[in-house]
Amino acid sequence: MPAAGLELSALRRCYGAVRALDGLELALAPGELVALLGPSGCGKTTALRIVAGFERPDAGAVRLDGADITPLSAAKRDMGMVFQSYSLFPHLTAAQNVAFGLRLRKTAAPARAARAEELLELVGIGGHGARYPHQLSGGQQQRVALARALAIRPKVLLLDEPLSALDAQVRLQLRDEIRRVQLDLGITTLFVTHDQEEALSIADRVAVMRSGRLEQCAAPAQLYQRPATAFVAQFVGTMNRVRGTMVDTDLVEVAGHRLPVDGERPVPGTKVEVLLRPEAVGLEAVPARAAADPAVGTVRTATFLGAITRIAVVLEDGTQVKADLPSHRASEFPAAGRARLVPAARPVLVIEP
Amino acid sequence: MARLVTGEVAEDRGGPEGGGPEGAAPEGGGPDRAMPEIAAPDRAASPGRAVGARWSARGGVTGRLSRVRWWRAAILGVVGIYLLGPLVSALWFTVYNPRLREFSLAPYGQLFGASGFPASVRMTFLLALTTIALEFALLVPAMVAIRLRLPRLRGVVESIAMVPLVVSPVALTAGVSSVLGWGLNDQGSWIFRLDADLQSQSFPLILPFVYAILALPFAFRALDAGLRAVDLKILVEASRGLGASWPIVLWRVLLPNLRAGMLSGAVLTLALVFGEYTVASILGFVPFAVWIVQDGQGSGQLPIAVSLLSLLLSWAVLFLVSFLGGRRAAAVTDRSS
Repeated sequence: MPAAGLELSALRRCYGAVRALDGLELALAPGELVALLGPSGCGKTTALRIVAGFERPDAGAVRLDGADITPLSAAKRDMGMVFQSYSLFPHLTAAQNVAFGLRLRKTAAPARAARAEELLELVGIGGHGARYPHQLSGGQQQRVALARALAIRPKVLLLDEPLSALDAQVRLQLRDEIRRVQLDLGITTLFVTHDQEEALSIADRVAVMRSGRLEQCAAPAQLYQRPATAFVAQFVGTMNRVRGTMVDTDLVEVAGHRLPVDGERPVPGTKVEVLLRPEAVGLEAVPARAAADPAVGTVRTATFLGAITRIAVVLEDGTQVKADLPSHRASEFPAAGRARLVPAARPVLVIEP
Repeated sequence: MARLVTGEVAEDRGGPEGGGPEGAAPEGGGPDRAMPEIAAPDRAASPGRAVGARWSARGGVTGRLSRVRWWRAAILGVVGIYLLGPLVSALWFTVYNPRLREFSLAPYGQLFGASGFPASVRMTFLLALTTIALEFALLVPAMVAIRLRLPRLRGVVESIAMVPLVVSPVALTAGVSSVLGWGLNDQGSWIFRLDADLQSQSFPLILPFVYAILALPFAFRALDAGLRAVDLKILVEASRGLGASWPIVLWRVLLPNLRAGMLSGAVLTLALVFGEYTVASILGFVPFAVWIVQDGQGSGQLPIAVSLLSLLLSWAVLFLVSFLGGRRAAAVTDRSS
């Protein structure tokens, strides 16, 4: 299957007064899986539909291997797409659905049947080819949809929240299957989702969108550890916002602790908000009658997450801070007990409030 | 120890939707359908138990049931007499000769030898088929386009489609007559020849155009119901994305999924064409309904026998369509549930 590079250049699209895309720029290398992530209404599905050819941009271009395909209709783009809702043709069997695109390309019947069977095997439902969509579960239908999209050997695979209609267990299973198939075939893939866990776990790079623009596009680990903006930091993973003060050009004081700061930072003396991941926050138990301390708060809840327990502490000024501790330490912090914040690692970001 | 909040963990490990391992779904229903099916008897049982308890409290459950059945039988009897009475009377009239005091199926035997009968039936069938083809050629692309591109126009189009219900066929025919008269004063012109073709006695092409208008409300409703049963936008986009041209989308994807709605519309149109008298009579053509009135008047039992046979034929078609359409509709409903 030929992998192709895809480029979205300065895409703009308005619906009346609503600006769905506002100069979106994104490039996918051949064989790469990029997840478009963002809150509802950020324009990610619009971007995908423009790439697929179902919508026309008001301005900008979509390029495939350098060639401008913006004027081409969806039928001429050679892209495979899996939709959010079940999109199989109800009057055709699973195998006929997979072979539909091949039939349009005038592939001989035996070759069509062989290719359909091969792809159904690839997505893990070989032997279900004779079933009609209403005889398949949701997960099986999405597998058939994936096989149908891949059957035509598309240059790019487009996935529009294909897992969102499935229950959690099937979603995890199919997510791994999609990644396995994508890696096996080495096909360039654009995956739209609003589920950050899904995006971070499946993609080579994650592109975070907000209000029609790209906030940051980076590898999952970089996005998590080094978000470019406060929005990305807040949107991806759980984040604490704690008040602090810049005490030096590269030092911030938070809860009585001085932490080194990277990247852009305010001048010394500036009151700032320090963004810390729960795993970068430690806690130590303090006696109930300890002296007033802005770094001390009251334990509200403890959420058991397996190996770790997430403990929420409300500080004197009302700020809620979440700290991830090994579960065996959770008993040190009973509800309504007192705990002191101990920032344990460098902040993700420091911003002026 | 602080209060444990386990909600997040529960959500991560599997929501209520679906349930059951994927792939273990029995044929005809996936795991997401299994839960409602299991839950349904519980929901149904509660009101049933409540009603049963109320009846028991008042005493005489059997007596009440028999009273319900008595009323049901009474209503069914009245409705049955109202609907079947005329049909049974008609049947009696055609097979019993009171003067000779004997039963005979002779009127049904005479049918095929009756002057003008085969020609009128053939013409009516052809008119019905042409009307159905014309109707779908107009409605299907228009309704698909409205649903996909101009959903705001649906209300307007529906209102227009319902107009024939409030316009009398006589008024419609008066308008058609005046239009057909346009070419009369200009013999040899194309409009004169078109007029002549439209009013050919062997096959009056004008009638399907008029019938298509008269059948518009029924065909629109039937097709609209068919369109609502499928996710048109997704089907179109899925097929376009795979490389299908618009005609292929229409022919290979949309029409097979609109079959139930189209069959319903076709049956209603067929019934309308077979029973239509006013327009054909005023315009001077003799399809089946006009033949029954005109040529059957002299021989008492014959037209009644024809009417009964045509009714049976309509029922047979209706049952056939319900059977075929029902299977498709069930499949589509299963899919969308």
